Amino acid sequence: MTDVSISTTPSAPDRAKRVSLISSDARTEKRKSAERRFRMYGIAGIATGIFFLIVLLVSIVSSGTGAFQQTFINASVYLDPSKLDKNGNRAIEDLRKVSTFGYTPLIQQAVFDKLEQNGIETPLQKRGDMKALISASAAAQVRDVVLANPDLIGETVDFRILASSRVDGYLKGRVQREDVARDKNIDAEHLDLVDALVPLGIIEKTFNIDFITGADASESRAEAAGIGVAMIGSFFMMLVVLVLSLPIGVAASIYLEEFAPKNRWTDLIEVNIANLAAVPSIVFGILGLAVFIQFMHLPQSAPLVGGLVLTLMTLPTIIISTRASLKAVPPSIRDAALGVGASKMQSVFHHVLPLAAPGILTGTIIGLAQALGETAPLLLIGMVGFIASNAPDGIASGLLDPNSAMPAQIYEWAKRADPAFYERAWGGIIILLGFLISMNTLAVILRRRFERRW
Amino acid sequence: MPLLWLSAIILALATAGFFLGRARALASVNGSSEKLHSLPSYYGSNALMKSVFPAFGAMLLWMLVQPLFIDNRVAQLIPDSEIDEGSSIGLVMSEVRRTADGITNAINAGFIDDETLTAGQADLSDVTQRLKDAGQVVTNDITQPILNAAQEYRALSETSRSVMTIVVLLVALLGAGWGVIQSGRDFRARNVVEQGILGILIAAASVAILTTIGIIFSLIFNTIEFFSLYPAVEFFTLLEWAPSFSGRGGASSLGILPLLWGTIYISVVALLVAVPVGLFSAIYLSEYASPRVRGIAKPLLEILAGIPTIVYGLFALLTIGPLLVSVFGEDGAGWMGGGRSVMTAGIAMGIMLIPFVSSLSDDIINAVPQSLRDGSYGLGATQSETIKQVVLPAALPGIVGAILLAASRAIGETMIVVLGAGAAARLSLNPFEAMTTVTAKIVSQLTGDSDFASPEALVAFALGITLFVLTLCLNVFALYIVRKYREQYE
Repeated sequence: MTDVSISTTPSAPDRAKRVSLISSDARTEKRKSAERRFRMYGIAGIATGIFFLIVLLVSIVSSGTGAFQQTFINASVYLDPSKLDKNGNRAIEDLRKVSTFGYTPLIQQAVFDKLEQNGIETPLQKRGDMKALISASAAAQVRDVVLANPDLIGETVDFRILASSRVDGYLKGRVQREDVARDKNIDAEHLDLVDALVPLGIIEKTFNIDFITGADASESRAEAAGIGVAMIGSFFMMLVVLVLSLPIGVAASIYLEEFAPKNRWTDLIEVNIANLAAVPSIVFGILGLAVFIQFMHLPQSAPLVGGLVLTLMTLPTIIISTRASLKAVPPSIRDAALGVGASKMQSVFHHVLPLAAPGILTGTIIGLAQALGETAPLLLIGMVGFIASNAPDGIASGLLDPNSAMPAQIYEWAKRADPAFYERAWGGIIILLGFLISMNTLAVILRRRFERRW
Repeated sequence: MPLLWLSAIILALATAGFFLGRARALASVNGSSEKLHSLPSYYGSNALMKSVFPAFGAMLLWMLVQPLFIDNRVAQLIPDSEIDEGSSIGLVMSEVRRTADGITNAINAGFIDDETLTAGQADLSDVTQRLKDAGQVVTNDITQPILNAAQEYRALSETSRSVMTIVVLLVALLGAGWGVIQSGRDFRARNVVEQGILGILIAAASVAILTTIGIIFSLIFNTIEFFSLYPAVEFFTLLEWAPSFSGRGGASSLGILPLLWGTIYISVVALLVAVPVGLFSAIYLSEYASPRVRGIAKPLLEILAGIPTIVYGLFALLTIGPLLVSVFGEDGAGWMGGGRSVMTAGIAMGIMLIPFVSSLSDDIINAVPQSLRDGSYGLGATQSETIKQVVLPAALPGIVGAILLAASRAIGETMIVVLGAGAAARLSLNPFEAMTTVTAKIVSQLTGDSDFASPEALVAFALGITLFVLTLCLNVFALYIVRKYREQYE
């Protein structure tokens, strides 16, 4: 494909044209444009990749930021003693008997009163019509306050109660007026009401700390769902992964890199590690299910089991990066230690390992970040399908009580029918990515700060 | 005694052993440590290791064997009449365990006491009710044999626990004592300790092998059980996937072919997205890009690799799906019924694989020796001609390996297909139809299911072993090619 092959059989006119080296002939032009085209393909490839990245990030941010804001209704609830404390003795046992059903009418009345005070005209003439505006969690919220402080009964207390997810969606642009016609949960009149209440400050959209700290909520209460408890579950899992995979991974790498003789057994281990790194994560889930739950009867859905499975999954990553950083320590260090009389073991533990520590740490953090985002194995050991409602109280319950994990919680929300949960799922992803970005940044900083070139 | 306390006591014993061993060694040479064979702390470590490792080893072993032993003993108590049609001893045993746990918890919470449970006299419905009051999950009515078995289970567990505590503490004590007695001026403590540490290192390295063995055994045993309930021939040849949800066995058709088809179809779509984009990016980054462009573009692409798959799943479900529907759906070309389809999952998976293909190919292209390029330039070839006719052919085996690795990733990917591909198993050519994959079915057959007796649940293990074998072959083959290729230029 070079010019040589052509010029061996030159025709006379061709030769005449090719006298000048400055002006290029048609063939050269063709080759040049082929060159440019090929270059463009490369640029197009990179541009496509970066375009996908940008689309991904934009859709995460644009769909997820909504979850950090929540609509609340400011209402003054009259805690009617005749409803909440029929015996009038403020005994806590009697108060507990009043379920949230007892509180709902009071809250609806409070919102209804707000309409009258502000002279808002609406075709909705009944107290019960306010139901569509108020979250099903509101009654529990008020009840909790009353149970914590029974003296409030009989007084009018200002509450900031959760608005229903439809109202929230309307203010965020998720629920449109056209959709409402088919929605049995809310009518157009309610939306008129919302429009009237927003300028008065009775309905307001504010930062939603409960999304970050709170627990998951049932299917019908998207507005109350939070990722806090799942975050604790993830934390305990990462604790297990760190405590197990770091020592085991480092020990395995030291053996393979420093002590292992070249024999069949070592080869077998090496091939194993390379293959384990490429085994699909769902297979680790099957392993966890069969070994830890079916065989060892460890509790299902426990962060301990999740952590064990993720440990096995993270080990190859940690071993590979640890071996790389051990290999980077020059042999002269080992020789010097051996030369002044240290044993092989002492030279490794006193000299090589400390020098490799930054690299090991970096690899571990990256491995942990990978484990934090892993979902598939968690589905099999049962970390989905229930509502993670209670924050654990202590290390043992944190490890053994059923809990969710951040990615599993996001999956759970993505599966639910109500689109209000999708916003939560995106919001959860923002938090998850926030953790991943900080971990990876930490790894990069550590590498930059401590990396040594020999 | 809770395990936490037991562990704490073992550690305390070991620490005591450390200081005693150290002190004894020093005492044997009247405090002049230079006369000892090893540094004094090695004598302490020797005692510490001799108590900690055997003790924890015994504890772990005990806890592994105890459930097997107890299950065996208790299972003999259950008469055959107690095992319903279509049920199995495993199911009854899990009920016994649940009941036993429930009773223990209820006693701790004060809802029930041991007297009411005395064998043969307990009012069964009353016991059930009390357990339910205590918030324990039990079946509707506990039968007498199950209650007896549960009580036996509890008794055995308790005895076994106390025996274990004694044995483990004894082992720790003896180990520490032995270590302390050994400590003396002529004892080569360092060598012994280092041998011990080496043993630990080997054990840690063997975890990788144990994991593989665990994977293989857990897959094989359950698969054999599945094939005893469901004919293997049908599993591999049936063109239909329709698990029955009503009863056990019988009516289900569990053919893997539709699932394999979905898996392969989605992987092909993913590779069609990832390979051109990834490969051209790699070529540009390694051959054309200035160091500055490379320094920016490469990390940007690699961000895609760091994003968890659940994010891609959600992206497929909520962004790509609706986008495709608006173009190819009812209002557009009319090929697409819903947001979930082969294309939806395939595109998301392709995006995920771009950095995988690009960074692997980048490494491989970079490994092609510069002399090959220089030779080509010397003959007058342009840069693109050099790449197309010299560099790429030289790198081809490696690139094929990289693509195979990417394919194995695509086949094993779970979250994207669970969220984006749909749940219906179909043999269809239309890429805009919903299909399902092996991984998605593993998840749906096993999620939230704690009984492994029905073929509908066990089939997941057969699917798992198929997946494992498939990806393993691809990986081994790809790694072999890549390694072979590297050696060629080293």
